[in-house]
Amino acid sequence: MADVLGLYNYWVVIFLMMTGFYIVISRRNLIKKVIGLSIFQTSVFLLYITIGKVRGGTAPIVADGFEVYSNPLPSVLILTAIVVGVATASVALALVVRIREAYETIEEDEIFEQDR
Amino acid sequence: MESQLPPLQIVIPLVAAPICVLLRNRVVTLGFAIAVCWATFGVSVALLDRVLASGAIVYEMGGWAAPWGIEYRIDALNAFVLLFVSGIGAIVLTFAPRSMGDEIPASRQYLFCAVYLLCLTGLLGIAITGDLFNVFVFLEVSALSSYALIAMGGRRKALPAAFQYLVMGTIGATFILIGIGLMYMMTGTLNMEDMAARLPIDGGVRTTLVAVAFLTVGIALKMALFPLHGWLPNAYAYAPSVVTAFLAATATKVSVYILLRFMFSVFGIEFAFEDLALGRALLPLALLGIFVASIVAIFQTNIKRMLAYSSVAQIGYMVLGISFATATGLTAGIVHLFNHALIKGGLFMAMGCVMLRLRSVDIEDMAGLGRTMPWTMAAWVVGGLGLIGVPATAGFISKWYFIQAALEQGWIIVAVLVLMSSLLAVAYVWRVVETAYFREPSERAREASEAPLSMLIPTWALIGATVFFGLFTTRSAGVARQAAEALLGGLP
Repeated sequence: MADVLGLYNYWVVIFLMMTGFYIVISRRNLIKKVIGLSIFQTSVFLLYITIGKVRGGTAPIVADGFEVYSNPLPSVLILTAIVVGVATASVALALVVRIREAYETIEEDEIFEQDR
Repeated sequence: MESQLPPLQIVIPLVAAPICVLLRNRVVTLGFAIAVCWATFGVSVALLDRVLASGAIVYEMGGWAAPWGIEYRIDALNAFVLLFVSGIGAIVLTFAPRSMGDEIPASRQYLFCAVYLLCLTGLLGIAITGDLFNVFVFLEVSALSSYALIAMGGRRKALPAAFQYLVMGTIGATFILIGIGLMYMMTGTLNMEDMAARLPIDGGVRTTLVAVAFLTVGIALKMALFPLHGWLPNAYAYAPSVVTAFLAATATKVSVYILLRFMFSVFGIEFAFEDLALGRALLPLALLGIFVASIVAIFQTNIKRMLAYSSVAQIGYMVLGISFATATGLTAGIVHLFNHALIKGGLFMAMGCVMLRLRSVDIEDMAGLGRTMPWTMAAWVVGGLGLIGVPATAGFISKWYFIQAALEQGWIIVAVLVLMSSLLAVAYVWRVVETAYFREPSERAREASEAPLSMLIPTWALIGATVFFGLFTTRSAGVARQAAEALLGGLP
């Protein structure tokens, strides 16, 4: 039981990851796909931040009386990954705008229909 | 100056990209970008020379010692990858000015140059770095810019193709990120060499296994290994000709390099291929990919799409070589990485010439083209022969090593399958040859004239290289052998 509850962060990560992944695969609306992709990426951010947590550790700032610090590196890494995520979302949305201009729709089925 | 070569490899194209945006003027930007690409190529030639002469080069970014800082580590394998990626980048961009004339509006060509240089930076960065997280960052730099490049295609079909690639590519990259995160969790390091020293870990096996699974699937998506190739045919078919030539020759090859690096340098051959038996998982996928993609290629009417399916098949060959996990198998995989980059780059550039004159790459429109565009089609034929693996072309060298590697293992069936798959290549190459040479010219082909020299010379440079490396193999197979042996012996 402690294993299950003690690792609840990871459960959240897995839930978000699967939610995002499912949306990307199952939805035909391009905007919804972008949303799913973002949720999927966000779950990984949470995974990294969880990795860095040390039980009982404080923020990684040198101060008297504190010996145990959380690992700051994963948070720093994920800062980069967040930037990548934002860039991906913006490129994706820009593409959706252009697709809408060219096809007058953002439903995948209708786009494939028009190109047949 | 000489000790600063490794960062220069990345910094030159990276800094040049925003300068392109500032320059704006079409002619100036193009000239500048081409000069930058050739300078980058010069750096990689110097790097390969130094690596071959005196062994691996290690560069610590900002003077921070590894494993704290980011380390650039160049051995025979990366130097080889850097060389052909930057070389093809330079040749394709030299070919670009005339080719994109019709396909990309003149007002946007300076942006094309900027994005192209960014993509080149990303690909080179993946190859040069010795840090796992750095691999992810460069992967995304190259991926995001390639989505933009593909979306520049003239027809609207390019847009959904780019979007599909974006979705698949992001899933692949995120899988890789998850894998890297889990590996960091287990080892507490991101430096490849440091991580290799800390693996395998007792008691943490399951997390490592999950990490390997995520990494393998993520990389397979990126390199379009069958059955994860869904994004590739449309992306290659509808992107501008220049972009197709560049990406087809470099992007998936760099992903194959990541697979090699992760499996052999980080996880080690014992863990990946003996404990996990990854070879047994990759071998059937590789063979299936070769056959399915080659057969699908035979039935394509859009020739760029046909070549794209052929690329999926060729990735199968490379993975086949890797799955042997022997010196000869790896040599085959690595030398095919190089040879196929030349062949496919050359073929797609020939298609760029066809596109320029016919404004179509449909096989029906190419009927009789051998008469009106003899030099272009001759280049196509030589490239096609290389794809089949006819002696005296680079493709033959690859096939030779593949068959040798299979026979060494005693897998006669695999050797026979490799030979049979070449027959499928004969089928799709012959279709184009027959249409172009033995049919009455189509209306478009009759009006076509030979492609301009500014496009023919770069195309023939690559096609000529495929013949050159089919005859003189010390600089291709020789280096590949050295790289393969280094991989099998752990980190150099």
